[in-house]
Amino acid sequence: MTRRIEINPVTRIEGHAMISLHLDDAGLVQQAHLHVNQLRGFEQFCVGRPFYEMPALMARICGICPVSHLVAASKACDELLAVQVPPTAAKLRRIMNLAQIIQSHALNFFHLSSPDLLLGMDSDPTQRNLFGLLQSHPERARDGIRLRQFGQQIIELLGGKRIHPGWVVPGGVNEPLSKAHREQMLGMVPDALAIIERTLTWFPPLLDQFSAEIQTFGNFPSLFVGLANHQGTLEHYDGGIRVMDSAGNNIAQWLEPNHYADYIGEAVEPDSYLKSPYYKPLGYPDGMYRVGPLARLNLVDRCGTPRADAAFATFTASHPRPVLSSFHYHYARLIEILYGIEQIELLLNDPDILSEHVRAFAEPNRSEGIGVSEAPRGTLIHHYRIDGQGLVTYANMIIASGNNNLAMNRGILQAARHFVHGTEIKEGMLNRVEAVIRAFDPCLSCSTHAAGAMPFHICLHAPDGSLLHELWRG
Amino acid sequence: MPSSVRVKTLRIDDLDVAGDEQQTIFDVAIEHDIPIPTLCHLDGLGAVGACRMCLVEVTNANQTRLQPACATPIEEGMQIVTNSPRLQEYRRMILELLFAEGNHVCAVCVSNGHCELQGLAQSVGMTHVRFPYHYPQRSVDASHRRFVVDHNRCVLCTRCVRVCDEIEGAHTWDLMGASSQTQVVTDLNQPWAEAETCTGCGKCIHVCPTGALFEKGHSVAEMHKRRQFLPYLRAMREREL
Repeated sequence: MTRRIEINPVTRIEGHAMISLHLDDAGLVQQAHLHVNQLRGFEQFCVGRPFYEMPALMARICGICPVSHLVAASKACDELLAVQVPPTAAKLRRIMNLAQIIQSHALNFFHLSSPDLLLGMDSDPTQRNLFGLLQSHPERARDGIRLRQFGQQIIELLGGKRIHPGWVVPGGVNEPLSKAHREQMLGMVPDALAIIERTLTWFPPLLDQFSAEIQTFGNFPSLFVGLANHQGTLEHYDGGIRVMDSAGNNIAQWLEPNHYADYIGEAVEPDSYLKSPYYKPLGYPDGMYRVGPLARLNLVDRCGTPRADAAFATFTASHPRPVLSSFHYHYARLIEILYGIEQIELLLNDPDILSEHVRAFAEPNRSEGIGVSEAPRGTLIHHYRIDGQGLVTYANMIIASGNNNLAMNRGILQAARHFVHGTEIKEGMLNRVEAVIRAFDPCLSCSTHAAGAMPFHICLHAPDGSLLHELWRG
Repeated sequence: MPSSVRVKTLRIDDLDVAGDEQQTIFDVAIEHDIPIPTLCHLDGLGAVGACRMCLVEVTNANQTRLQPACATPIEEGMQIVTNSPRLQEYRRMILELLFAEGNHVCAVCVSNGHCELQGLAQSVGMTHVRFPYHYPQRSVDASHRRFVVDHNRCVLCTRCVRVCDEIEGAHTWDLMGASSQTQVVTDLNQPWAEAETCTGCGKCIHVCPTGALFEKGHSVAEMHKRRQFLPYLRAMREREL
């Protein structure tokens, strides 16, 4: 005899999802599932469209991380053209991609997760949000808003608008960077650096309060996957795919991203529209892997910029790698923000960055193109095929959040088993289960290609279907 | 003005004006800086009055009618209103019907930001479409090496048909079908790449008011249409004749 609890929808995440928990007679959690319950169908309705539309069309999957899709889609289209993107264009794309990662990480850390971290997992749910944070910790909340602004303004200065800029195009970018905009961006760097360094000062000591969560929020062995370069530093735009096991061994040092289908499979579960990618050599579901900021930090030797390297050293000194607890995605996000700001400054000071040669033109020279980049949440793959007229005949995408699907399911089961028990469900128990998902920062609207606003309804049903307990929020 | 020209006087929006008898209401209004919205009309091409965006209220001999300004010659004593609540409502309705009839997804269109249909919708304050969208199944012909026709975005203004016929002299484009099934075709509905009459001049691309006709290699919002050539070519042609 089992009982079933639904957390539907999950709140303070990007997209629609429901969590179901199955309890036995003793009130212990037996199973936990993350159901992503909406579908958008981008892979289908782009069929028949000219491939030149793909970056802008695919960017409409999401309002949070459109730049990631612009970049991956444009890289796939570069392959269709079979052109070498001018070096300056590649650097400009890197800047925009990093700005996107900064603003998205800031959104997750400050707006979505900080209410749990600063106000407490069991705090009043009516206050456990950004507005509550603005009242209790106005400086922290303002820092988050300012850091997002930094990333968004860079995207706007490069691409003309903050959301869905059409600036990244097949073959490069459609306008060079102006000197005035470069100076404006460089002028914003010191403030952004000060904010993230301040955050990296107050956040780590807070971890002592969350030892139970660190132990149980997706803390288990898994593979880690992400882009790697030959310098052993963080790589978000190019490079090869590296696969690390939970003991820290690189079981695949450099896999060609274009051959992703050889080593990544996509399983389909009947209870979710989100597919479950896995590493093929280990099979399903043993090939479960994690991507995103924590995976990236596990994969590299160092970040590659001075301040981020120092923060990385502090992190790894207290957390031996590979770091297995998904709670530390938060810490990893902060280090990546610091790296991103430093790297943007370096790229803006590159002597070629104002070059006007930023686009390669060609007719399509290949019928198949694959673009891979690192989105805020992990490795993002766009794969297109076109016909002789340049019209799309096939599209497949493996979205960063989707890569983490198996790990998110494992994570909520682990946390639910630890925190949820008994016949009466306390709100704080379920908030912890949701917080596991927030740690992964999934963008479900992207990964199922869904969107919408989310109230929150939890029902605890007896085996006969009768309602035992009910909670509403939002 | 040649002595054989007969001048007619009329009133447009409380302004007494005069024009050549061969001029249309639209021509005279524009000469006097009185704006009238248009979509199918284009300076340098013959008028067809297809879109009805330029409807004006014409009172003549105590009768008031709605007439397309681009295709109605002026007459002596006409009283014309170019803007009224009724006209505003009709213009907005026409635009909404055009949006509902096709598949106009501005966000990912090559003409986003430079589209006459989009510009008109903004100018009349169209915030939404009151009619159910049809979502028709329409094709894209990208067989031509340089150009694409996306029928999803076509509003059947026939500018392409007219420029190809009147200016280029090729008459590659024409209309096929009826009612909601009507579409522009090349050479009796052959794929564009196989249309032998097409000279590849690209005039149709640049007169198209939307992103229905565009050059390959352009991403979203990158298709800028250049139509400056049209009045010049027209004038040269008329001088030769």
